Amino acid sequence: MILHTVNKSPFEKNSLESCLQHAQKGSAVLLIEDGVFGATKGTKISDRVSEAMSNDITVYALEGDLKARGVADKVMDGVKLVDYAGFVDLSVDQDKVQAWL
Amino acid sequence: MSVKKFLYVNRKAPYGTVYALESLEVVLIGAAFEQDVSLLFADDGVYQLTKGHDTKDLEMKNFSPAFSALGDYDVNKIFVEKESLEERGLTLEDLQHLTWEDEDEDWAEKDSIRLVSRAEVGELMETQDVILSF
Repeated sequence: MILHTVNKSPFEKNSLESCLQHAQKGSAVLLIEDGVFGATKGTKISDRVSEAMSNDITVYALEGDLKARGVADKVMDGVKLVDYAGFVDLSVDQDKVQAWL
Repeated sequence: MSVKKFLYVNRKAPYGTVYALESLEVVLIGAAFEQDVSLLFADDGVYQLTKGHDTKDLEMKNFSPAFSALGDYDVNKIFVEKESLEERGLTLEDLQHLTWEDEDEDWAEKDSIRLVSRAEVGELMETQDVILSF
């Protein structure tokens, strides 16, 4: 399966929305840099991310990027946190990486 | 030199791009010229003011403590757009508590942040002489 990465804010660009529309069931989406805002709860797009997770898409977020932006305590249920080593593991485990820039 | 009203508009999240840091540097330089300065945080710019930034894992400088020094430079009109907070699941409680000391009232400590609606932001922009966008 593909590892999809999203590094843009979902409030500024449609990268996350485009990603979720293309990702197949069973694939992984990793939110990094400004993309991590997509992993926070109570936002205008959080229902969209929950919906993707209930459709068998696993959503990960890079913890260092959440902490830098002061939102590490606002991560929605179901999102899995990874560090840089976890990022590498995900890249190796999946056979391809698609970056939604 | 006549005093002009400057508004710095901050719409980008910190760390992902360099806009937030550049804005802060320009504000601090500009503060030396004793102009009438206001800062606006809207859209993803509201994330610049969240509490507890920890950039250790990123190996980037955490510049957020500098916001608490703005009061000492007479930069005490910090407008935050209400709708931008709400769309992001944030409240004022999630932001740093920024204050300044009013020398005309025996250095009473006052809040710097003012919550404003999108409509009020539109009006605020109209009252300015110069608007700088980041």
